[in-house]
Amino acid sequence: MKAPSFAYAKPRSLEEAFDLLERPGAKILAGGQSLVPSLNMRLSSPELLVDITGISSLAGIQVGRTFRIGALVTHAQIERSAEIRKQVPLLAEAAAHIAHPAIRNRGTLGGSLALADPAAEYPACALALNATLVLLGRKGERRVPAGSFFKGLFETDLRTGELLAAVEFPRVERSAFLELARRQGDYAIIGLAGVADGSGRRIAFLGAGATPVLAKGASAASSLEQALKALGNDIDPPADLYHSSATKLHLAKVLLSRAWNTLSKPH
Amino acid sequence: MEHAVETTLTVNGIEVTRRIEPRRNLVDFLREELGLTGSHVGCEHGVCGACTVRVDGEIVRGCLMLAVQANGCKVETIEGLSDSGELARLQKAFHDRNALQCGFCTPAMLMAARDLQLKNPKASREEIRTHLSGNYCRCTGYQAIVDAIEDVLHG
Amino acid sequence: MGKAELPLHAPGTQLDKGYIGQSVPRANAQRLLQGRGSFTDDLIFPRLAHVAFFRSPYAHARVKRLDFKRALRSPGVIGVFDGRAVAEYCKPWMGVLAHLKGIRSPEQHAIAIERACWQGEAVAAVVAESRGQAEDAVGLIEADWEELPAVVDMDEALAGKVVIHPELGDNICFKREHDTGGVDEAFAKADVVVEETYNFGRHTGVCIEGRAILADYNAGEHSLTVYHATQAPHMMQDIFSRHLGIPEANVRVIAKDVGGSYGIKVHVYADEMATAALSVMLRRPVKFVADRLESFLSDIHAREHKVKVRLACTKEGEILAFDLDDLTAIGPYSVYPRTSGIEGNQVVNLTGGPYKHQKYRAKMNVVFTNKNVTCQYRAVGHPIAVALTEAIVDRAALELKMDPAELRRRNLIPDDAYPYTFPSGIKFEKLSHHRTLDKLLELMDYKSLRAQQADFRKKGVTRGIGLAAMIEVTNPSPAFYGVGGARISAQDGATLRFEPTGMVTVLCGVTEQGQGTEGIFAQIAASAVGVTVDKVRVITGDTGVTPYGGGTWASRGAGIGGEAVLLAGRALRSNILDVAAVVLKMDKAELDIVKNEVVNRLTLEAKLPLAELGRIAHFRPDTLPVDFQSELTVTRSYTPRQYAFTFSNGIQASYVEVDPETGFVKLLKHWCVEDAGTVINPMLVDEQIRGGVVQGIGAALYEECLYGPDGQLLNGNMADYLVPMSSEMPDIVCAHIETPTKQSQLGAKGVGEAGTAGAPGAVMNAINDALAPLGARVTAMPFTPERILVALRKI
Repeated sequence: MKAPSFAYAKPRSLEEAFDLLERPGAKILAGGQSLVPSLNMRLSSPELLVDITGISSLAGIQVGRTFRIGALVTHAQIERSAEIRKQVPLLAEAAAHIAHPAIRNRGTLGGSLALADPAAEYPACALALNATLVLLGRKGERRVPAGSFFKGLFETDLRTGELLAAVEFPRVERSAFLELARRQGDYAIIGLAGVADGSGRRIAFLGAGATPVLAKGASAASSLEQALKALGNDIDPPADLYHSSATKLHLAKVLLSRAWNTLSKPH
Repeated sequence: MEHAVETTLTVNGIEVTRRIEPRRNLVDFLREELGLTGSHVGCEHGVCGACTVRVDGEIVRGCLMLAVQANGCKVETIEGLSDSGELARLQKAFHDRNALQCGFCTPAMLMAARDLQLKNPKASREEIRTHLSGNYCRCTGYQAIVDAIEDVLHG
Repeated sequence: MGKAELPLHAPGTQLDKGYIGQSVPRANAQRLLQGRGSFTDDLIFPRLAHVAFFRSPYAHARVKRLDFKRALRSPGVIGVFDGRAVAEYCKPWMGVLAHLKGIRSPEQHAIAIERACWQGEAVAAVVAESRGQAEDAVGLIEADWEELPAVVDMDEALAGKVVIHPELGDNICFKREHDTGGVDEAFAKADVVVEETYNFGRHTGVCIEGRAILADYNAGEHSLTVYHATQAPHMMQDIFSRHLGIPEANVRVIAKDVGGSYGIKVHVYADEMATAALSVMLRRPVKFVADRLESFLSDIHAREHKVKVRLACTKEGEILAFDLDDLTAIGPYSVYPRTSGIEGNQVVNLTGGPYKHQKYRAKMNVVFTNKNVTCQYRAVGHPIAVALTEAIVDRAALELKMDPAELRRRNLIPDDAYPYTFPSGIKFEKLSHHRTLDKLLELMDYKSLRAQQADFRKKGVTRGIGLAAMIEVTNPSPAFYGVGGARISAQDGATLRFEPTGMVTVLCGVTEQGQGTEGIFAQIAASAVGVTVDKVRVITGDTGVTPYGGGTWASRGAGIGGEAVLLAGRALRSNILDVAAVVLKMDKAELDIVKNEVVNRLTLEAKLPLAELGRIAHFRPDTLPVDFQSELTVTRSYTPRQYAFTFSNGIQASYVEVDPETGFVKLLKHWCVEDAGTVINPMLVDEQIRGGVVQGIGAALYEECLYGPDGQLLNGNMADYLVPMSSEMPDIVCAHIETPTKQSQLGAKGVGEAGTAGAPGAVMNAINDALAPLGARVTAMPFTPERILVALRKI
């Protein structure tokens, strides 16, 4: 389980990064907590890793009209940020479910979203929060809503040569994050990221499809009973090694029931 | 060594410079290049936690970080933290409680325990278990480890 | 001779047993706590080469062509070899034993020739300057495969439509039938008959240190030194010698620190034999450390049983008979040299073990499949025998509407019934089922817990309590392997050397795998000789240094190795006193040794420090009479003979909460009362039991090697194969009854496997106890949320 050979470069500026990313076989390295295991298992064989962790403009949390969180912000930073815990608690709650402390110290928000693992926590949160993903390329900036960013299994709207620079999250204090994992820190069998505000509910599921899935019917339902009924049409979760699709749908309904009151309190 | 990158890092207080192949991860570098064999390789995919070391004050998986990424970083291993005495109380508690059997997971377990001690010195028993949740031990029932850490935090 | 033969001398304590029974922290933990242990992968030698294996991607396939051209050109490559090339240096083997009548297995080579029989079986080896380079070259090997039909399901294997080894005629490796007679009659007259089929998932050991070997052949002296993460150095010395054609005296096996074993590291592995052969072929040191992915594909697996069991009892709850039918699948080969027939054999031997019924019938089939091989892993057969026994007993309790503890009390073999011959033919010297049951019920406050459970039920919280009584095979005599022709030592020797400084060095054939062997040997030696424990150094795990012995398996370290140390320690004390008598010109009978001093036996007056005695004996023997020669190195050996096995007994309880909406099980608490005979170090014993319990919990809740219909392992990594981690584990309360075995003076029975033996059954019964009011029951381990939800008819 030794990684295959590759070259490594650590650009100091975006310009430099864009140059490097044009090289054949180039791949972005951020926290590396998903990429490095896949290298060790020889499931991935890039020719060049472009380590973007030296680009300072991709780091940091800016609080303005929205929360702008740099792609390089780690899970641990999100978990510990008092501002995030207060104003976008969904993210802070989700972060605590990601793997274990040593991994949260390295793994990044941007890495998780760009990888787009449908069983990961942040993609479902971004979708529920209707976050805006800020993509940078040589041609400039593109702002993509989460709903359009996740295209398929490990597939996103990121184009060759682009990188995810930051994510803008709205302030949403009323939220629920629930997941069912066999062991602390495991990828969940199924999980729910839900928010509610004056304009209604947005409930997304992780582990429920090829991408994080917004349960539109359930989100719009006026009662739990209706929501549970709608959820069967909203999601069709793929079986995993231990759980059938039917089990996962059942568990999704359990989570929906458990989150419903939180997401339905009157203002 | 076609892709080797000159890398300078401080390991247990000593600055070292090496040309490192990018594919080599941090724990392999520490073990094979510097002979610091106290950090162990258990799964090489970030699950067992046996390779835990401290980089710039934060614990990380040594198998999930390339050695070249440690350029300019301060890396601390079980050997360093043993010699500085930073782990002495935990080590004594682990010894007194027999919180280890084969000892393969132990250096990493101590790194995680120390991290908890620094971040949450009043951690409850449950919080101790949660903080260690990424460190696999097949020999003990985890209980002696939790007891030992509890002794240090609350003793 | 029994425990009355003690006192062991007691320096530093008030007890007449010395350090026996004291929780002394073990000295050898200190280096491990500083990361200064020495595991096999930590060793680096001049000209060290590394091997990586090209393994079959198919469960069953013929290798039509292997092309090494590109691999050989890859940077750093020293050589690439197929099975035929390695076979020139390493003879094949066959995993059969004469006393398992009829057991069969085909020949197995270090590297498979022409055909791979499971996904992960090595068909070529690359040796290179680094492991990374070896892996690079493995990726460049070209192979043409012809896929063969794979036998994956064990019922299909038994049916035998496709036969894996055509020369054997069918897929049956071994079968056994046992019948006391009168079983049908017992069932016919029974008031209650219960029957159930239990499935046990295939799982594996997941030692955190992968299997590791560094073989160093010296062509100059035709010698082989093997640094090996093993439990049985002498067994491996014999095997390397015979299969590589090197005189045994020229083979030295050294087991330094070993990162977990649990039975995984006591077998002959093809890739390890190949590594040793490659060292001979290349005349240089070669290292192989199984990485995590190849560990899952090539470390032995275990369990995978499907067992139908019936129990007959009267309406008063008297168990009359057990009737058992076990089917187990072991992969394509019986593992050498212990065979893969032992686990099933143990299920037949041990089922119903704690109870006093007289009628028993068992049938067992061991079949070949195209999955990784299985063999003896911690508690061999016990977790299955205990779980199915205890589950069917609970099933009967449900039927009888009787409290499970009460049903057990009525049927456990009485504590005064020993010696006792169990209907399977095994003999018990002395067990204490009723005392352990009483102690457990008191420890867990069974009555209050039942009341609490009922209260929770009223509140809609689904909790369950499960009990599992057990017996455990320990301290095996030659009846386990030796009589079957395996060259595995049933005896262990201990050498104690009195050093000039007054220190005592202990050398013993039992190895240290972390369980604390060296620690307890130090305690026993210190107590027997009369020195403080800090004056003892222990060396194990080196065939070039220690007396011959079997090593670590079948919970034999304390009972067999410990007894050898005790006998040697007493002999050494006597020899030291011979010297003292001469030096002091006193009668030996007047002297004794306490706290590193020769003392007057009656007054305890200090007469001579041992350091001074050591100085005189070693450096100034000219001052002693000319006809006196001191003998300050002694060796003693021990073999259990009176019983085939020394049995220990115990009982566990599990308290769980099941979430009926999610099927998740929360472990609230676990108890274990164990009678392992003399307890030498309670602290070590308790955590070893807890570790065993946690491994058993792994079997009950999490662990299973999942295979696809084509024989592909689906979860061969640590993210998908779930081992127990700290967050989900309960606190585990341990207590002891001590019924020392009278076969030895030490009286230790062994405890290494007890936790693993009992926990799955206890957890299973607790879950079913929780589910019973909901009309649900589960019988297939591991109890995943899905299996529980299906039982609850939620999906």
